[in-house]
Amino acid sequence: MNTILKVVRYELRNVIRNRWVIAYALFFLVTTELLLRLGGSTPRALLSLLNVVVLLIPLVTIVFGTIYWHGSREFTELLLAQPVRRGSLFHGLFAGLVLPLSAAFVLGVSIPIVLHRGVSADSATLLVLMLVAGVALTAVFGAIATLIAGVVDDRLKALGVALGIWGFMTIAWDGLILWTTVAFADRPLEAPLLAMTFLNPVDLARVLLTLRLDISAMMGYTGAVFSRMLGGWSGTLAAVGGLALWTLVPGLFALRAFKTRDF
Amino acid sequence: MIQARNVMKRFGRLPVLNGLNLDVARGSITALVGPNASGKTTFNRIVLGLVNADAGEIRFDDHVLNGDARYRERIGYMPQIARYPENLSGRDVMSLVQDVRRGGQSVRDNELIDLFTLGPVLDKPLRLLSGGMRQRINAALAFLFRSDLLILDEPTAGLDPVSAGILKDKMRREREAGRTIIVTSHVLSELDEVADRIAFLLDGVVRFSGSRDELLRSTGQARLERAVADLMLVGARAGVAR
Repeated sequence: MNTILKVVRYELRNVIRNRWVIAYALFFLVTTELLLRLGGSTPRALLSLLNVVVLLIPLVTIVFGTIYWHGSREFTELLLAQPVRRGSLFHGLFAGLVLPLSAAFVLGVSIPIVLHRGVSADSATLLVLMLVAGVALTAVFGAIATLIAGVVDDRLKALGVALGIWGFMTIAWDGLILWTTVAFADRPLEAPLLAMTFLNPVDLARVLLTLRLDISAMMGYTGAVFSRMLGGWSGTLAAVGGLALWTLVPGLFALRAFKTRDF
Repeated sequence: MIQARNVMKRFGRLPVLNGLNLDVARGSITALVGPNASGKTTFNRIVLGLVNADAGEIRFDDHVLNGDARYRERIGYMPQIARYPENLSGRDVMSLVQDVRRGGQSVRDNELIDLFTLGPVLDKPLRLLSGGMRQRINAALAFLFRSDLLILDEPTAGLDPVSAGILKDKMRREREAGRTIIVTSHVLSELDEVADRIAFLLDGVVRFSGSRDELLRSTGQARLERAVADLMLVGARAGVAR
């Protein structure tokens, strides 16, 4: 435990100074500020942020994460020759990746909203859900990036795989859903589509946000199914649980790869 | 201090260690010699737990290596090519390593830092330093915590003769203090002066292990370099005969 904290402290110092992380935080800051000025109310600004969140967070996290793990190779080798457990080092490095990116997002979005005194009773839930979804997506794609970097040794290949997974989950996925609905139009699709939502963390995050927004136009097909079958807070909980699993499963595979690999 | 029994390792389809057996006696300097790719570095990294053996057993005193990390408190390691996080200075690396090693070794051994006159460069980022300078920091780091076992992988490669001499003198002093040293090199004349025991590796097995006198006697040569060259030739002939 002690060692984990030391590693986290070191990585935090390192990553927070990274200009890409700073730029990432500034991006959310400026975007939220602009949306508040143009759109007016907090719910409308958050609504506009939704698509930025579900597209940009996975992209930045998976790319930055893959580069981060390959870049920390030297640090890893240095520490593993010391009395440091591989598990402790892994958890420390993972926290050193996910915490700064999450903090950049949370601060970037909430600071303008708080400055505009935009938090009211009804917008508070929405803001919290938005922050939860963003942090969850950061954890999920941080875990996927960790797994990629642990399995694919070549830096460029790993980056290619990362971009491929991002493209599949954000862009190709909608096509797949569409194809499914058309191809099986004459059968009941609710249950299969509900199951499919859980197969894609990006979709889960989108559902998590749209469930509370009452805007069926933004939901998409899976969101509508989700809302009908698991409406209300049970749906929210299910989505959060799905996202937690999406962090845990790739993360555990990555941990196993990290423990057995040769340095 | 170290007992290795039947250690096997392959990287993909390439066999590196093929049933290696080796005993390293406490308080001695053991030289691991052998041609490139004979498995010297892989053996070192297995002892450190950086590489996992496919089969076999390594004991560190009475502790069987099993993925636990505690025993590494007692090892100082000088890798062949030191790779450090780019933006750190020598001082950062040293305090970082000291930090994860916990309190135990409170008295640092700064002798090599002084002898190599590293003081002025310790605060510069390591990426700005020359290879030789990094190698000196690397050496100073390995000796910093008065570890019971020192594993030095090609320690004199990239060092100028004066620095190499300082390092070898330091190795002798550490042996007098009761520490155990495993040192690899393919520049055999380098080890001639310091090694008590020689282990000759070829194709991932130890072909000869014993004191340098035994090695000289068994090959009938007067110098260590010749004796090891003899072993290599014998090994090569055996390889052809197979």
